[in-house]
Amino acid sequence: MAKVKGAIVVEVERCKGCGVCEPACPQDVIKLAKEVNGKGYNYAYMQNPEECTGCANCAMVCPDAVITVYREKVSQ
Amino acid sequence: MEMKDIIKPENLVFKKTSLFTEKPLSYCPGCGHGTVHRLILETIEEMGLQAETIGVAPVGCSVLAYEFMDIDMQQAAHGRAPALATAIKRLHPEKFVFTYQGDGDLAAIGTAETIHACNRGENIIIFFVNNGIYGMTGGQMAPTTLPGMKTSTSPFGRDTEIMGNPLKITELVAHLPGTYYVTRNAVHTPAAARKAKKAIQKAFEYQKLNKGLCFLEFVSNCNSGWKLPPVKSNEWMVENMFPYYPLGDIKVPSL
Ligand SMILES: Cc1ncc(C[n+]2csc(CCOP(=O)(O)OP(=O)(O)O)c2C)c(N)n1
Ligand code: SF4
Ligand code: SF4
Ligand code: SF4
Ligand SMILES: [Mg+2]
Repeated sequence: MAKVKGAIVVEVERCKGCGVCEPACPQDVIKLAKEVNGKGYNYAYMQNPEECTGCANCAMVCPDAVITVYREKVSQ
Repeated sequence: MEMKDIIKPENLVFKKTSLFTEKPLSYCPGCGHGTVHRLILETIEEMGLQAETIGVAPVGCSVLAYEFMDIDMQQAAHGRAPALATAIKRLHPEKFVFTYQGDGDLAAIGTAETIHACNRGENIIIFFVNNGIYGMTGGQMAPTTLPGMKTSTSPFGRDTEIMGNPLKITELVAHLPGTYYVTRNAVHTPAAARKAKKAIQKAFEYQKLNKGLCFLEFVSNCNSGWKLPPVKSNEWMVENMFPYYPLGDIKVPSL
C-alpha cells in the first residue's frame, strides 16, 4: 500500500505565533511551542511529526509564509 | 522513516513564493493581509508575470505592500489607487495592473475613484481587503463596520440610526456595466484560501481579454482593531462578517 509521509519546516524566527495554522491541520500535528522565539512569539512546530501527511493546509493559511512542506510517497 | 528522509528537495510541495522580498511583513500576527499578499504573489509567479505586472499600494496597513512584493509598484494617495492604476494601465496597456486596498481606503475616502474606475470599465484588478475597520489608524469605524460593532469611534457599537448601514460596495459595483468579474472570498481556512487563489488566477486571465474591471473582495480580520486573538477573530469573522458579506461570486462573465 502506498502511503504518504509529510514534514514541515517552520522558519522559527519569522513565525508570529498567531496559531492560525493549528485549526487548519487535519492531523493535529502543528502546535504552538511553549518556548518563544527571539521576538517573544510561541512559534509553531510539529508536535506529532509521525502524523504529518504533507497536505500543506497549514502553509495555505500562514499569513507570514513561514512554513515549507515536504511529502514523500512510501510503499509498505 | 526519519525526518531527514522526508525533508529533501525532491519532496518539496510548498515553499514561500520567491516574489516576496526578504522583508518580514509588518502585519499583526494572524492578519489576513499577509495571506492575501501571498496568494496574489504565488499567482503572479506561477503565471510568469513578475516583469509584466504593476501593483498600486493604498494608504492603510498595506501601505507598505511595495516593500514586500517583488514586482513594480506605486503607492497612491489615500483612496486614489484606482485613479493611479487607470493612468498606469492606459499608458502601459500591455501590463497587468492591480490595486490593493483596504475598506477605509476603497469604500470611504476613495469611493468616488472606486465607483468611477468600475463604471469606466478600466482593465485593471482591484483587490479589496475588507476588515470592517480602519486598522492602521487605531480601529476607527469604517463605512463597512457592522451594525452594533464596537470600534474606537463607535464605542457603544455602530448605531445605524445615526451612522447609517454598512456599505456593500462590492454588490454596488457589480451593478455597473464596467465590471467584468466581481467575487467575494476569504482566506481563513485552507479551502477558502485555495478558492480565493482560483479567483485571483481568473482575474489575471481576464485582464488579457480587456473586457473590464475585475473586483475581488476578501473578507478579512483585524485582530488589533477587533481586540481579539487571531484564531478568535477568524471565528468572529465567520459568525458576524459572513452573514452580512456572504462569500461567493456576485458577477461572472458570460463567456
Ligand atoms: C488623506 C488622508 N486622510 C486620512 C489618512 C489617515 N488614514 C490612514 S490609513 C486610514 C484608514 C485605513 O483603513 P483601511 O483602508 O480599512 O485599511 P486597513 O488598515 O484596515 O487595512 C486613514 C483614515 C491619511 N493617511 N490620508
Ligand atoms: S500560521 Fe504561520 S505565523 Fe502563524 S503560528 Fe502558524 S506558522 Fe507561525
Ligand atoms: S502539512 Fe498538513 S498534516 Fe502536516 S502539519 Fe501541515 S496541515 Fe498538518
Ligand atoms: S491593525 Fe488590523 S489590519 Fe492592520 S495589520 Fe494589524 S490586524 Fe492587520
Ligand atoms: Mg480596513
